[in-house]
Amino acid sequence: MLTPEDLRLIDRLHGGLPLSDRPFAELAAELGCSEYTLIERVHGWLTAGVLTRFGPLFQIERAGGRFVLAAIAVPEERFDAVAAIVNARPEVAHNYRREHALNMWFVVAAESPAAADAALACIEAETGLPVLAFPKEREFFVELRLPLVDAAAALETEEADDAA
Amino acid sequence: MPLDAFDRELIAATQGGLPLVPRPYEAVGAMLGVPGERVRERLAQMLEQGLVRRIGAVPNHYRLGFTANGMSVWDVADEQVDTLGERIGALAGVSHCYRRPRHLPAWPYNLFAMLHGRSRAEVEAQAREVETLLGSACRGHDILYSTAILKKTGLRI
Repeated sequence: MLTPEDLRLIDRLHGGLPLSDRPFAELAAELGCSEYTLIERVHGWLTAGVLTRFGPLFQIERAGGRFVLAAIAVPEERFDAVAAIVNARPEVAHNYRREHALNMWFVVAAESPAAADAALACIEAETGLPVLAFPKEREFFVELRLPLVDAAAALETEEADDAA
Repeated sequence: MPLDAFDRELIAATQGGLPLVPRPYEAVGAMLGVPGERVRERLAQMLEQGLVRRIGAVPNHYRLGFTANGMSVWDVADEQVDTLGERIGALAGVSHCYRRPRHLPAWPYNLFAMLHGRSRAEVEAQAREVETLLGSACRGHDILYSTAILKKTGLRI
């Protein structure tokens, strides 16, 4: 169970890891803990699956690459087999099951538009199912930042209510 | 600006995560046969160029209590979608907002906004805000909740 303090720390670690020789030491000094403690906590959260990754997030489109959102309507009885085929492709950066007739939604990240199209064509051929591509035509806002500080405050309120 | 050989090596070495050691950039440099300083300099440039979005933690939102993750999709009049998309992207709770192609007749939606909440009620409250903002420009919408993360590795080159 994560504590409000954990949520605040994860929020602080969202971005901005210093580009200094000892970035964890620098952050630890700011947070009032030790470098070792900070590294151990990040390690623990990765092991527990609270974090999926810790490091640089590349926006490959700035170097000619391409991200394409795509969806497949997968027959329920084939769902796991199709997921295995889709997930096996290294170009597939993430894949989610969603409640809809189009029940599998994934993102292909490739070094060029042609490579992205080729990956989608391969998935279509290997699964035998139509792949609908939803390339972005315009980006209005991208900042996957969960309101963790608000969540920490809410958690504290709930705890106070429980105690009352 | 295409990637050069060093960039490709740097991305390959760090896309799965930084080594969790006191000197992570030095450790990456050691893998690539360059000083840590070269790694830090290039990452700083990449941040400036937008080729690196951020350096930090990628959370599993389910494990952080955000169990309701809805991809809200909207059928918005073409002539208004860009103006309205900007305003929806600025709403709190919307993490990604894109205009994407329709696939008629099955898929009439052209605006996608990801909504995250600790319950479906929270997500639905956010969706009502979007609906109000879109007003008569919106001809219909749906919310596709995720029920499982099948893969989440991020970019791999």
